Amino acid sequence: MNNNFTRSLAWFMVAILGAFALSGIALNRGESINAIWLIAAAACIYALAYRFYAAWIAASVLTLDETRATPAERYDDGRDFVPTNRWIVFGHHFAAIAGPGPLIGPTLAAQFGYLPGTLWILIGAVLGGCVQDMTTLFFSTRRNGRSLGQMARDELGPIGGIAALVGTLMIMVILIAVLGLVVVNAMKHSPWATSTVAATIPIAMLVGLYMRNIRPGRVLEGSIIGLGLLLLAVAGGRWINDDATLRVIFDHEGLTLAWFVIGYGFLAAILPVWMLLAPRDYLSTFMKLGTILLLAIAIIVMQPEIRMPALTRFIDGSGPIFGGSVFPFVFITIACGAVSGFHALVASGTTPKLLANERDIRMIGYGGMLLESFVAIMAMIAATVLDPGVFFAINSPAGVVGKAAADAVATISSWGFPVTVEQMERLAHEMGEATLFARTGGAPSLAVGMASIFGSAFGQGMLAMWYHFAIMFEAVFILTTLDAGTRVGRFMLQDFLGNLWPRLGRTSWYPSVILSSALIVAAWGYFLYIGVIDPNGGVNILWPLFGISNQMLAAIALSVGTGILVKSGKFRFAWVTGIPLTWLAIITTAAAWEKLTSDDVRIGFFAAANDLAAKLADGALPPEKAAVAPQLIFNQQLDAWLTLFFVLLLWIIILDMLRVCSRHLRGKPVPPCTESAHEPSRLVENWVRD
Amino acid sequence: MWQKLWPILRQLSGDDAYERYLAHHAKAHPEEPALARKEFFQREQERKWNGIRRCC
Repeated sequence: MNNNFTRSLAWFMVAILGAFALSGIALNRGESINAIWLIAAAACIYALAYRFYAAWIAASVLTLDETRATPAERYDDGRDFVPTNRWIVFGHHFAAIAGPGPLIGPTLAAQFGYLPGTLWILIGAVLGGCVQDMTTLFFSTRRNGRSLGQMARDELGPIGGIAALVGTLMIMVILIAVLGLVVVNAMKHSPWATSTVAATIPIAMLVGLYMRNIRPGRVLEGSIIGLGLLLLAVAGGRWINDDATLRVIFDHEGLTLAWFVIGYGFLAAILPVWMLLAPRDYLSTFMKLGTILLLAIAIIVMQPEIRMPALTRFIDGSGPIFGGSVFPFVFITIACGAVSGFHALVASGTTPKLLANERDIRMIGYGGMLLESFVAIMAMIAATVLDPGVFFAINSPAGVVGKAAADAVATISSWGFPVTVEQMERLAHEMGEATLFARTGGAPSLAVGMASIFGSAFGQGMLAMWYHFAIMFEAVFILTTLDAGTRVGRFMLQDFLGNLWPRLGRTSWYPSVILSSALIVAAWGYFLYIGVIDPNGGVNILWPLFGISNQMLAAIALSVGTGILVKSGKFRFAWVTGIPLTWLAIITTAAAWEKLTSDDVRIGFFAAANDLAAKLADGALPPEKAAVAPQLIFNQQLDAWLTLFFVLLLWIIILDMLRVCSRHLRGKPVPPCTESAHEPSRLVENWVRD
Repeated sequence: MWQKLWPILRQLSGDDAYERYLAHHAKAHPEEPALARKEFFQREQERKWNGIRRCC
């Protein structure tokens, strides 16, 4: 009784602190606020959500059954299906879901101020993203670890299955293009960054060789050697940067680098995995977890002040990084970190096959996403501790603020975010770069933010090192996503082409491997190429498109979840997945509507295409712009049709789900629930956990 | 502390995958010969990347 009271009191205090911190960040106007309040608000909200909402979903909505044998226990084949300690599964699951997305989205959304993005990351994760991950993991576990696409087909019908497949492929293509663009923008005319990123390729190959031939299977040894070499590469980059003859080799235009990235992507896709992809993944996973931990420690130790206002004037839609007002675009810009549809693929892929017990679903599904959301909060902090003027100078494309440094600072200062050319030059010098202007995409400003946080926590003298360390860290796992994504795209394409000609479906037949890899690389390479030649910075176009497609995939996962809840007689709980689904449908449709119909050339695809076409016809464009105008016009139109396609797919799935639900409620036949039969677990009684 | 963390780190990274495979193999198929460490590692790595392993 007494114990119970203490516990309730503790949770009450958490709630009070959370409410206090949240109202502090939300109501604060004028003076700057400390990042620790964001951390405190996030931690309290996560703790409350996990303790109460997730526990309630686990107990009442999904009714997790710890006496029921999981697929891992029933099949236990030592390969895919292995009952695994929940902390290990948590580690695998988190490493799989946390990619560069939660670092980039919040950085871009910081143009609205810190508040809209932060609130969406917190609320979106707690009510949307975590629920999606947890329910998908549960439903897949109850269906022998079936994939989202299979569940959509089984539970709703063929349309859902096809939509999930097509959606995944499209997201992959757009995601890789935009990530490639982020890396290119970080490397252009930066010999230090380019040489460091280039060095990661031979390092990964060396590690691959070590793990395969020199000391087979010694993953930790190989990884530690690789990590040491990566740090050496960061330090060596300075030496290359200072050497007049060597630096020319690594000093390139964005377009040249884009071709390198495309060429690299193709090679990585056709090379055997042990050579590049697998060792690079080991390095990037360690790097990712280590840096996230380091960033968390640094933020807590040094408690930086947030310099960005809570809201900026750009909530009206005139933002320099991407056009569009705070509603709906903040919700599209931050997908990963709040709700990410892609997680549903992991939660219905490897993870359900490792669960030793159903009760771990809460910690792994809900808890894993909470941790990713926390990473997004830290990215938001790293972006907003910068002077707003500096933030906009780094992230505004030259086409918006002007190519010359003087023009750019004048434009940005006129928005009320004072910044000077000297300030930017000093900063660039400190970071060991020639210039930091117009490095749109999030990686460089995040790196500057991280460098200043690390610098003040662990020593100011190494700012340039920290900056390039942060660039290398992002590049390493962006390139991993690029390799892995191209590969997955290739498999999906081969699977599809196999229906037309069985030979093409054989993943070991080299002509088919090369053809399908080339098609996937050409698809993302096209968007990357256009993004680089677009003077307004392709991020403005590509990131919203990525957000819309990722939210659409989330809507598919939540539709499957809602459909299953209704079909299994839990109509009264259907709002748990229904509310996030409704919200996603609203924001995706609103964003798509604006991207299609807005007259603002920075928002509407058709408006931009028509505007450019009119200018081209009048001869109003300078020759270098006129040369690329036809390609840009075509691209804007293509993007418009893609957006329309995504939103139509979204509504087809929602309507399909509603049709199935309404038929079920009216007692008409629907596809049967495919839950596997109950089999008692034998692990519970004879296995002492933890 | 370290004695608890080390096995977790090894299992998370897959460093002990071969030992776990041998244990499983001895239990499930004692009559068949087990793969050598090198063959096992090559086969597993190939298999592991045939699907969605990483997200955005």
